[in-house]
Amino acid sequence: MSGPPDGVERILLGHGGGGTLMQQLIEREIHWLYDDPHGVLHDATRLELPHGRLAFSTDGYVVHPLEFPGGDIGKLAIIGTANDLAMAAARPLHLSVALILEEGLPLELLRRVLASMAAAARACGVSISTGDTKVVERGKGDGLFVTTSGIGLVETALPVDPLAIQPGDQVLVSGDLGRHGLAIAAARYQLDLQPPIETDCAPLWPAVARLLAAGVEVHCLRDLTRGGLGSALQELAQDGGVELALEEAAIPVATAVARSCELLGFDPLHLANEGRFVAVVRADHGERALAVLAPAGGACIGTVRACSGRGEVSGRQASGGKASGGKGPGRVLLRTALGTERLLVPFSGEMLPRIC
Amino acid sequence: MEVCGGQTHAIVRWGLEQLLPAGLRLIHGPGCPVCVTPAATIDQALALAADSGVILCSYGDMLRVPGRGPVGPLSDLLKVRAAGGDVRLLTTPLQALDLAQQHPDRQVVFLAVGFETTAPATALLAQQALALGVTNLSLLLAHVRVVPAMEAIMAGPHNQVQGFVAAGHVCAVMGTAELEQLAARYRIPVVVGGFAPRELLQAIQVCVQLLEDGTPRVVNAYGRVVRPEGNPVARALLERVFAVADGPWRGLGTIAQGVLELRTAYRHLDARQRFGWLAATPHHPALAAVAAAEGPCISAQVLQGLARPGDCPAFGTTCTPEHPLGAPMVSSEGACAAYYHYRP
Repeated sequence: MSGPPDGVERILLGHGGGGTLMQQLIEREIHWLYDDPHGVLHDATRLELPHGRLAFSTDGYVVHPLEFPGGDIGKLAIIGTANDLAMAAARPLHLSVALILEEGLPLELLRRVLASMAAAARACGVSISTGDTKVVERGKGDGLFVTTSGIGLVETALPVDPLAIQPGDQVLVSGDLGRHGLAIAAARYQLDLQPPIETDCAPLWPAVARLLAAGVEVHCLRDLTRGGLGSALQELAQDGGVELALEEAAIPVATAVARSCELLGFDPLHLANEGRFVAVVRADHGERALAVLAPAGGACIGTVRACSGRGEVSGRQASGGKASGGKGPGRVLLRTALGTERLLVPFSGEMLPRIC
Repeated sequence: MEVCGGQTHAIVRWGLEQLLPAGLRLIHGPGCPVCVTPAATIDQALALAADSGVILCSYGDMLRVPGRGPVGPLSDLLKVRAAGGDVRLLTTPLQALDLAQQHPDRQVVFLAVGFETTAPATALLAQQALALGVTNLSLLLAHVRVVPAMEAIMAGPHNQVQGFVAAGHVCAVMGTAELEQLAARYRIPVVVGGFAPRELLQAIQVCVQLLEDGTPRVVNAYGRVVRPEGNPVARALLERVFAVADGPWRGLGTIAQGVLELRTAYRHLDARQRFGWLAATPHHPALAAVAAAEGPCISAQVLQGLARPGDCPAFGTTCTPEHPLGAPMVSSEGACAAYYHYRP
């Protein structure tokens, strides 16, 4: 947000000052976003919640650029937290939205992001129940940061987490991989990808609900956000103390995504997704789960095995990976289309386009 | 030996060695531009990036490569950036020209690395800078030539290479004439190979066939991309801007005719000339921290094909992509990174 002064309406430092300017900003631009049944701006909202087990999640959103092909930070912030709830097998119900605005942010951009948040909330079936707005000095933010927290109702009695993963379980993904990460990279590095790739950002609860409704015994769910499939599966393998054996040929990656990745030196299995998840289901429920996920491009990509990792490998991964409270080292093996085997390790660092 | 790091990466990623018969061993070559960029050049880039009057820009992989000094708060460009240095990532060199025009009050330095694949784009940048009379843009040049390095490996006292799979992308620019000379001089098969698993297997097979037949020569097994004459436009551009010189490769030492330098008309764009203090006694904090030793890293042997990444005691323990001790663990084309990521 540098450059010569122009006639654009922008966020001023005073918009965060707590005075009338702030009141005007909230009343005119932001308040409409919140589902405030009592019509009063109060310090906390009161919720009528159904009985049962609740899931609670929070996430901060920083993305550059703020708008990218197929989405923006607002859509991401609503859908991302709703999806985190869905991964706990919980129907997302209520979200909070906290905005940190940087002085100089064009008001029109804020309006677009808020409209996109409202649309995303409708798509997820959640209400935006409470929130907060702050303004920071120019140079102390990246235009706009968003934090959302959410409450959801858990809709299954069985535990859905890495410790529930059993040898023999089937591993499925809900759709093709890599679109979001590639769309962001293209926008960030001004890559003119042909054909253009849009983010896959989309609510995950509907697919999870269909799995549960179909009677699939789901042992674990994980959305494939930053770090992609590679990082998510490595976490599951470590936390669950199991080995995941994948068939590379079965992992869905769109041709356009695969080609761009080859050119840029990216691995689609490490690219972020915002509308994809992996489901680990009971051994004999793979077919049933596939029937639910296949129409949207889902696929069965592998199976869970008891851990047989060699010491050298597990030691290496344990040293590079995070400390986990899991049962053992765990690892992810990939059988290539040629019948050879390789490791799938978590992504590390920052994804940078390669040299040649 | 597969020469190019992109080929090494594909070979390890696809586990192609698992498909090869016993008695056939692939030696991974030095064709990783990040890995062979001299550590002294990285140190110079670090020092420039720490200068508040400078915008230092380069390709993504370069930002993570450690210099010679101990791992510390300023030991790679990403860390210098975190400490306040202005370090920019480019996807094409001409973006440096835009930066120079947007920031007339600052010096923009492009850390130009790579083989004959990326050198033409740098040449184009130099040509444009000259034509436009841009005064705040310079090049920290580390372009290297592949065939002289292959020659140096063949001439080395411990050489084990019996056949080359040559780097397809370099040949797409340079053609095959230089390789013909190499094959004739050392009576060694040289097969121009691609990067897809089938292309690599085919190149290996052709190489073995040439050895069995006792007919060492150049075969182009990447015909869909490589023509014998290469890319004449790119070659003419290289010829106009660069001269061939003897110079350093990280891990391999000085290679005769192994580097490119700017011709006289472009010499004013040389960052080492513009920032004379770079060559002087280290007085900058980033340079002062530099120690000559590279520690336990054996990347020099890895780059010459004399050792494999797994032979290194630091591999996977004290040296990982998050905390690399040597460049081959950093780059997406480095052999150590490929082994770390893919080998079960």
